[in-house]
Amino acid sequence: MVFLPHTPGDTQDMLNTLGLKSVDDLFSMIPAKLKNPPIEFPPALTEMEIQSLMESVAAQNRGAQCLSFLGGGAYQHFIPQAVFALISRGDFSTAYTPYQPEVSQGTLQAIFEFQTMISRLTGMSAANAGVYDGATALAESALMACRATRKEKVLVARTVNPHYRRVMRTYLSAPGVEIVEIPARDGAVDLEALKAALDDDTAAFFIQQPNYFGVLEPVDSLAPLFEGKKALLGAAAYPHSLGVLKTPGAWGAQIVCGDLQSVGIPLSFGGPYSGFMACREDLVRHLPGRIVGQAKDADGRDGYVLTLQTREQHIRRAKATSNICTNQALCALSATIFLAMMGPRGLRGAAAQSVRQAHKLYDALCSIEGVKPMFGQPFYNEFALELPAPAAAVIAEAKKDGVLPGIHLKAGEACDGEGLLVCATELTSDADVARCKEALKNAIDHVKTHAVV
Amino acid sequence: MPLDAFEPSLFELSHGEGGREWIPERGGADLASLIPSEHLAPEPAALPVVSEPEAVRHFTKLSRRNFSIESGFYPLGSCTMKYNPKICDSLAGLPGFARLHPEAGADMAQGTLRLMDDISGFLAQISGMDKVTTNPCAGAHGEFCGILMVRAYHEDRGDDRDVVLVPDSAHGTNPATAAMVGYKTVEVKSNSSGCVDLDDLKSKLNDKVAALMLTNPNTLGLFEKEILDIARVVHEAGALLYYDGANLNAIAGVARPGDMGFDVVHINLHKTFSTPHGGGGPGAGPVGVKQRLIPYLPTPLIEKSGEEYTLNYDSPKSIGQLSTFYGNVGIVLRAYVYMRMHGKEGIRRNSEHAVLNARYLKHLLKDHIPPEIDAPGMHEFVLTMKDKSRFGEFNAMGLAKNLIDRGFHAPTVYFPLIVKEALMMEPTETESKRTLEEFAATVVDILNEAARDPEKAMHAPYTTPVKRLDEVSAARNPVLVHPCCE
Amino acid sequence: MSKIQDGLKYTETHEWVRVEGSVAVIGITDHAQEELTDIVHVDYPIGVGESVEKGSDCVVIESCKAAADLYAPVSGKVTETNEGLADNPAEVNDDPYGKGWIIKIEMSDPSQLDVLMDADAYRAHSE
Repeated sequence: MVFLPHTPGDTQDMLNTLGLKSVDDLFSMIPAKLKNPPIEFPPALTEMEIQSLMESVAAQNRGAQCLSFLGGGAYQHFIPQAVFALISRGDFSTAYTPYQPEVSQGTLQAIFEFQTMISRLTGMSAANAGVYDGATALAESALMACRATRKEKVLVARTVNPHYRRVMRTYLSAPGVEIVEIPARDGAVDLEALKAALDDDTAAFFIQQPNYFGVLEPVDSLAPLFEGKKALLGAAAYPHSLGVLKTPGAWGAQIVCGDLQSVGIPLSFGGPYSGFMACREDLVRHLPGRIVGQAKDADGRDGYVLTLQTREQHIRRAKATSNICTNQALCALSATIFLAMMGPRGLRGAAAQSVRQAHKLYDALCSIEGVKPMFGQPFYNEFALELPAPAAAVIAEAKKDGVLPGIHLKAGEACDGEGLLVCATELTSDADVARCKEALKNAIDHVKTHAVV
Repeated sequence: MPLDAFEPSLFELSHGEGGREWIPERGGADLASLIPSEHLAPEPAALPVVSEPEAVRHFTKLSRRNFSIESGFYPLGSCTMKYNPKICDSLAGLPGFARLHPEAGADMAQGTLRLMDDISGFLAQISGMDKVTTNPCAGAHGEFCGILMVRAYHEDRGDDRDVVLVPDSAHGTNPATAAMVGYKTVEVKSNSSGCVDLDDLKSKLNDKVAALMLTNPNTLGLFEKEILDIARVVHEAGALLYYDGANLNAIAGVARPGDMGFDVVHINLHKTFSTPHGGGGPGAGPVGVKQRLIPYLPTPLIEKSGEEYTLNYDSPKSIGQLSTFYGNVGIVLRAYVYMRMHGKEGIRRNSEHAVLNARYLKHLLKDHIPPEIDAPGMHEFVLTMKDKSRFGEFNAMGLAKNLIDRGFHAPTVYFPLIVKEALMMEPTETESKRTLEEFAATVVDILNEAARDPEKAMHAPYTTPVKRLDEVSAARNPVLVHPCCE
Repeated sequence: MSKIQDGLKYTETHEWVRVEGSVAVIGITDHAQEELTDIVHVDYPIGVGESVEKGSDCVVIESCKAAADLYAPVSGKVTETNEGLADNPAEVNDDPYGKGWIIKIEMSDPSQLDVLMDADAYRAHSE
């Protein structure tokens, strides 16, 4: 009854019109043995009850109340309130996919603006309307490179986010594409190893900038390795950082992908976010997912339509570039509004502040006895530390103190050694830096003391 | 349809310079001393510069150039466009959920993990499956997950199969998914009553077939009455039966895919459980499996030991990870709220009224536009305007565009592919009797108008912000970004 | 009524072949272009110098709402693709037997032409 507009009288009238006695008659075509299955389900709640239930469950997420220094692909950046207000408009949030362009110009124009902003931020000439998230964007980019070059081997730096690399394995195992991981040296890609692996069978090489450890990769050395090769140079980017960092296009990337979470999307325990994919002009027809183009209407007015649709599943079926249809449109809209609100100056200011606060945090944490940087490389707003005590225990202890000091880097997983991946953003205040140092120091001391006992 | 005049793009609105500082000054070193200069952009990103009031007005105007479920009726077949309750959005956005970092650790995320585990249980109950993952981010992502599991299952048994069967009435995602997973697709014919032709199916089943992908009710809105026989022959051939849950809104709470013999199902939460469509996402596509497929579920798995929920990445036979973290958690939470507010009786009542509304609307329209198959249907139905002696040059697209002029969204047209001049309508349960009657009367009126003045009817819409757009030129000379300022 | 040109060879999948020495010039028929409606793009996944097998899909012809594969009527090596179509794919609609040709193949087995239809047979097939 909750959201049904029918009165009992309406229902009865409609049944009478159809010549049916009861609603059960509507299902007469379903074999009797399939009907009325036993379903265990808690009783319905009123809006008042569900509200108090959800509030109490939300309170069980202790992580949401802690002071967090977590990054690793999801970042707590500032989001102007106007972003939330605008995406909550029902005309955006409850609209269908813009297949009928005359009644979807709002969504279509917003996607066109999104494509333009992403292309400019990344230094590419085109972008699609988005995919599920950063990891699937990387996987789809790898598949796209294979289609474009008609080769079946992809290289990926071991310094790329391990979650991304796992998703890439899931996607690429299906069509049987070979993945070769290029090892790291001191937290950055080993260029000699890359050079050796880059052969004529390679579709593409993917690198992340800044990489999973926050390290700034030697990206200027990459393009020369690809001269005279068919292989494409692909980048996973952190869009917020492009407020200050050089565009991947400027250092020679031909496909750029990443996650939009950092530009206007709340953390929400990992989703919904949105991935993006941008590329050079000659690769556009290999992009998966929706793409919006400008068009004239019958009176010569400017408008927007979904275009190049023959790449997509609803037309090309088994030969489509991907099976993706529903993507993350509203999240891409958040990013569009965020970038419009922040503007070049606002984004640059926030990005620069993230870097500054991260370096303050780095200095503070490295002053704790026994804490050392894992790598001797320039970094962006994230860095890896070696601790003088087991990281898992230190993190657990800091949590008790209401601080999430970083992500546990397990030995042999993302990198060879064990450590802590720590992140700061423009939301990290100087007091937060001091608090992090205090909590980490106390946690280390506690673990060391108790380990002795 | 509100008629907002032309709205320039952000790039035309841009002042080109100036802009606002959002971040408090905190001091600290100069950026150039922290980051080697070769990494820094020589100038700020080429983003537009607009003030907050201008940006708010711009996006508000854009929103008014959209149709939405809050502004009107979408009779959009196969899409289940029903009312999206406000309470679901607001509760999923509680700070305790929204501020939670995905790497906080399971111990810090017990609330969200509990809800994800609970909803998996509810979905398992409703679909009749043994275990459900909420990791897939959309229906098509769920299909990808499900068919990857099918492949993992056969490979694990050393069974070499390379074909997926798909009915000729299937959604385009089905063959596209099969291809992504490396399968060849073979089509199974529909019979004259619009259902799977069992003989054709039998002739195509052999030891190379990995699965049959099926929607039930199918895309004609008809229940596959022979589903138990279909399941039997598919299983006898050693293949698995895949349920495309796009049409679950017809039967949720009434009958379960698991009881019909399906081995894998995906469920579109943005359809049956009414999370907002967002102009094309985010959705969520949980996948349920029977016991024998549990080992292949994607990672991470949410597990419960005692009262503690944990995240398990160590599952040796798993198909692996599908997204960066745990899928579209915020969408899953909205669906959780929706399900808890309904209970099983409420969910069943939704299905009943979805079917009642579809049957009633079909009844109101069938004398004016004939159904492709005139049999009692479920939550949606397909009409056809292929009879030129009756409709002349007026066609499904023409009717769709005229409906837009009258304040309705267009129905799904030209799908399923097996029906010529198809109009596929799904009213959903949240439309009132009065809305259905107004809609039907409008359709009849449009048909009469079109008979009187076919020329005018063929060129609708007239009242929208733009008229029909030249998609051919747009595709021949694609303009995909605003010309740059370079 | 769609045009069918005499002197060409035709396939059941609506390709035509004009034999120029050892080279087969291939396009799609007037009927095929009508069915596809306005062609917006012709995609050549296979480049000049590469080999194709008879019956394999070697070119994709796209309209806004459909994409059709061109199946090679003969085996051989691709000698030329119609580069003019990149800027003007409408030539496939406007002049399917002339400027709208699609691909040229150096035949490895000219006897494969024998099973193709002549204009009269294709006319009968299309009715």
